[in-house]
Amino acid sequence: MGQAILVVGGGMSGVSAALEAAEAGYDVVLVEKNPYLGGRVAQLHQYFPKLCPPYCGLEINFKRIKSNPRIQVITMAEVTAIEGEPGAYKATVSQAPRYVNEKCTACGLCSEAVEATVPNPFNYGLDEIKAAYLPHEMAYPFRYVIDGSIVEGDQGAKAKEACPYDAVDLEDQGSETVIEAAAVVWAAGWSPYGPAKIEYYNFAANPNLISNVQMERLAAKGGPTEGKIQRPGDGAEPKNVAFIQCAGSRDVNHLPFCSTVCCLASLKQATYVREQLPGAEVTIYFIDIRAMDRNEDFYSQVKADEKINFVKSKIGLIESDGEGNLILEGEDTTSGERFKAEHDLVVLATGMQPNTDLTKIPADMVYDEYGFVQAAEGIFGAGTVRRPSEVHVSVQDGTGAALKAIQLVAGR
Amino acid sequence: MDKNYACYLCKGCGLGEALDFEALEEALEDSDISEVKDHEALCSPEGVALIQADIDGGVNAVLIGACSARVKTDEFTFGKEVLVERVPLREQGLWCSEAEYEDEEEAGEDRQMLADDYLRMHAAKLGKAEIGEPFQLEEDVEKGVMVVGGGVAGINAALAAAKAGAPVCLVEKEDALGGYLGKMAKLGPQSPPYQELQDTGLEELVAEVEAADNIKVFTGATVEKTEGAPGNFSVTLSNGESFRAGAIVQATGWNPYEAEKLADELAYGTSDKIVSNVQFEEKAKAGDLGGINGVAFIQCAGSRDENHLPYCSAVCCLVSLKQAMYVKEANPEAAVYVIYKDIRTPGQSEEVYRQAQELGVVFIRRGEDYPAISGSGPFAIETQDVTLNDTVEIEDLDMVVLATGMVPNNPSVVEPPLVALGMDQDEAAKLAEEAKAASDDWSVLNLEYRQGPNLPTLKYGYPDSHFICFPYETRRTGIYAAGAVRRPMRVTQATEDATGAALKAMQSTRAAEAGVAVHPRSGDDTFPDFFMQRCTQCKRCTEECPFGAINEDAEANPLPNPTRCRRCGVCMGACPERIISFTDYSVDMIGSMIKSIEVPDEDEEKPRVIVLACENDALPAIDLAAKNGAKWSPYVRFIPLRCLGSLNLVWIADALASGIDGILLFGCKRGDDYQCHFIKGSELANVRMSKISETLDRLVLESDRVRVEEIGFGEVDKIPGILDEFMETMEEVGPNPYKGF
Repeated sequence: MGQAILVVGGGMSGVSAALEAAEAGYDVVLVEKNPYLGGRVAQLHQYFPKLCPPYCGLEINFKRIKSNPRIQVITMAEVTAIEGEPGAYKATVSQAPRYVNEKCTACGLCSEAVEATVPNPFNYGLDEIKAAYLPHEMAYPFRYVIDGSIVEGDQGAKAKEACPYDAVDLEDQGSETVIEAAAVVWAAGWSPYGPAKIEYYNFAANPNLISNVQMERLAAKGGPTEGKIQRPGDGAEPKNVAFIQCAGSRDVNHLPFCSTVCCLASLKQATYVREQLPGAEVTIYFIDIRAMDRNEDFYSQVKADEKINFVKSKIGLIESDGEGNLILEGEDTTSGERFKAEHDLVVLATGMQPNTDLTKIPADMVYDEYGFVQAAEGIFGAGTVRRPSEVHVSVQDGTGAALKAIQLVAGR
Repeated sequence: MDKNYACYLCKGCGLGEALDFEALEEALEDSDISEVKDHEALCSPEGVALIQADIDGGVNAVLIGACSARVKTDEFTFGKEVLVERVPLREQGLWCSEAEYEDEEEAGEDRQMLADDYLRMHAAKLGKAEIGEPFQLEEDVEKGVMVVGGGVAGINAALAAAKAGAPVCLVEKEDALGGYLGKMAKLGPQSPPYQELQDTGLEELVAEVEAADNIKVFTGATVEKTEGAPGNFSVTLSNGESFRAGAIVQATGWNPYEAEKLADELAYGTSDKIVSNVQFEEKAKAGDLGGINGVAFIQCAGSRDENHLPYCSAVCCLVSLKQAMYVKEANPEAAVYVIYKDIRTPGQSEEVYRQAQELGVVFIRRGEDYPAISGSGPFAIETQDVTLNDTVEIEDLDMVVLATGMVPNNPSVVEPPLVALGMDQDEAAKLAEEAKAASDDWSVLNLEYRQGPNLPTLKYGYPDSHFICFPYETRRTGIYAAGAVRRPMRVTQATEDATGAALKAMQSTRAAEAGVAVHPRSGDDTFPDFFMQRCTQCKRCTEECPFGAINEDAEANPLPNPTRCRRCGVCMGACPERIISFTDYSVDMIGSMIKSIEVPDEDEEKPRVIVLACENDALPAIDLAAKNGAKWSPYVRFIPLRCLGSLNLVWIADALASGIDGILLFGCKRGDDYQCHFIKGSELANVRMSKISETLDRLVLESDRVRVEEIGFGEVDKIPGILDEFMETMEEVGPNPYKGF
């Protein structure tokens, strides 16, 4: 395997890099931190501009992975060290314990047997999930996970006892392996910028103030509300929803860059609201609407909806009215007047923070001041670790990174 | 092949308790399968070892009654010499079939009949399947790549492929490489801290191309003719040169939106000081920007305008910021205005916007209306300023720059509407003629394809097909679009895009060599085989193939090109003579599955419904619904299809003739925002079905018995409701009168 390509990150860029390299005839090891592949797109309800389900494309990609013996997938794992040079790397892969081995049939008996619950990371903490769980309904690999918190004690024992297939392994210690690779594609993706960091929005104090990634889960059938868009605070149907663009983006105190997708994401989420709640009003507070290329058609289509209003304004303060509604304060840059507006559900369009800003690649790499990876020889950034991007750019970039990696293998 | 069958039944996941395994074995009595074994957990190492031991002993056709073929794929794959047919007893038998019963015994009976049927159906399919040899071109597979277009995308595609070992022929219509990159003075800021203008780097790129011994450059040449198929294209150039190519990257770039069309709105043509952004760039490159004390850039000049280019060209804001920086560099005191609708500087390029503001560039946000330009130099502009909510006037402008957009340099193709079998031929010909007239009449590749010389296009002439998930896929196998021809994009993005396209091209020559499919059925080594003696030259296959894989000879005989084929089976569905088959998928196989369903007598009041379902979207959605605990009638049997477009109408007749009461067709979303991985499959099925009601009328059957539904991952929760409602309809229309015949 010395001529393998190591791909770190199993989201859209990483899966693309792995598949495209493998289908060109190269061996690939794909390392993913989550217990499943798909990354952030797996958590989306729909893609813009076609409003289609991400699983349509992911299913094909997973099918390609399943039928390709050249790809080895390691989930719940991180690359903690990389040594060597272009053409000859040794990477340390640390795999966390899943406590469920490959004998799992996904029958669900362990989950039924366990009563303990844990916050559901897939739904961004909007609900709880059994401590023995399938990460989400379409998860690939289709295998359960047991949360480390119940391993010692009766709950873990119950899970183990319930499994007829000897698939629950409470002794799982995880593993550490060294993988030899000619090149590395680093596609570790992004994290939503923490809305609580924007102090003037008082995120933590207002349950009916949510982030855009949470909105995706509220709209998704597999989400905490089975797809019903409702206020987390009281479960009520919202009638007057606000989207605040550039929440922490294009802001030198937070993320100085533009995250590229948030405008389109909010336009898309506005359609979720309008389709599900025909009586609801939507207001989008924005600086510039950035609907690039053919996505402009989608913007035009959303703009044509009379119940979706656009207000050019930077919202400076969000406060509670004490009864669950939110009061937004800002300046309408069109009229120049300061205004207050009341909404019953507010979505913050927060941006993409590159995961390489949060956790550096364990090798000598160059980053820009925001933590985006710069070009290097041998370890190639791909996708949103290089720039905030849409899905198609992540696919494109993963494919390109795969060829750069192949050049190192082929050149040997 | 000589088949040595065995069937393995799993008792895990509740199957053991729910089903009578002796009965299951009996269900296979009429099949060729006599060896039936069961195991408590077939996917366990012991279960797999049981199967492997038999394979080692000579078994080569395995029927596995366990879970869906989408799971446990590693466990139940036994190499290329063994046929494996999976029977989804768990997902489509057990999980979904616990609808409410008063009588436990009846529930068990219905579930057993369901499992028995599934076993028989898949045994029938296995009985007809063969292991074939992958298709091999008669000629040696050519591994070289032709890159058309010598701009930034084309040069980078050529370099990327060459560095990975593929020989490249790079074709450029101008006398020198470079494209629009060659016309640029500088690039905008591309690297940290994203504030400095940068060199274009073209000279280095060209030097690299010249130094590469496996890149052959043809300048001053266009493609006159492209014949053949992936692995074996023969290309003839306008200069008379010819060569073979295994795959093609089309990187033909873009053309500026014609500023002449903006004469009314923006006074273009009234002065040589009102210029397009491309002209301004040329001046900058010529060092001709001296003496500018005032300049205005008008953004979205024709872009985001339904009378001109409705889309956004994605680069013009950054181009104007760069050009504003040129002016400020030459004359820091110059008054520079950018009149815009939205400033679109994505990602780190927000820094460029910030930098321009630092340099004193004045930004005026206009509304939808174009600014009014007056004077013949110096100019004045009157424009809305929506920030001030007022009209503002700017004077003393030496130049006005119109930020015009990018049009893909690719001929736009309008396809005729899909034609139902039996449609009036004159009418069909008229529709085809109209579509042709609405298409551009020039070509880049001049493909010798029966369906025309150009890549089919989506809106605005972009030649892609799934622009979110699979951006490189055109509808012609082995031909990939890169750079601004497939989407408006900047130089850096085109560079990256080209690298990926080069890999796709190399992959497709490798697939041609191995005789396997490329995306989306990557690695599939089956291919459509035509039994030509029975062909009636009806042209359905050559017209309907979404990928233009089938040519035609002068007598209208189909000439398949398997390396162009994506293995969707649309041709198989189209063929009224049923002469097109794959070794593991054929009209006969699916027909046999349908006929192996046991249909109870009318007086038992147990109707039978089959669902012919797309295996890419609908079937996984069904699995998912079942996993989520959805329940539906145990009288429903699902049959997976490669694509709903492979639906052959004879199956409907087969089903109705064998007493099946109703037929549902599950395909994916149709229309402009189609989700079909094979582009038109679902739509084709729908068109074919439009003719079915006539057939039903002739058989004195209610057309309610057959229905097409759009089912994908977005409709998981709707599946039980659709099935329930269809079962109610079956109750209303009553049993199929052909039952028992």
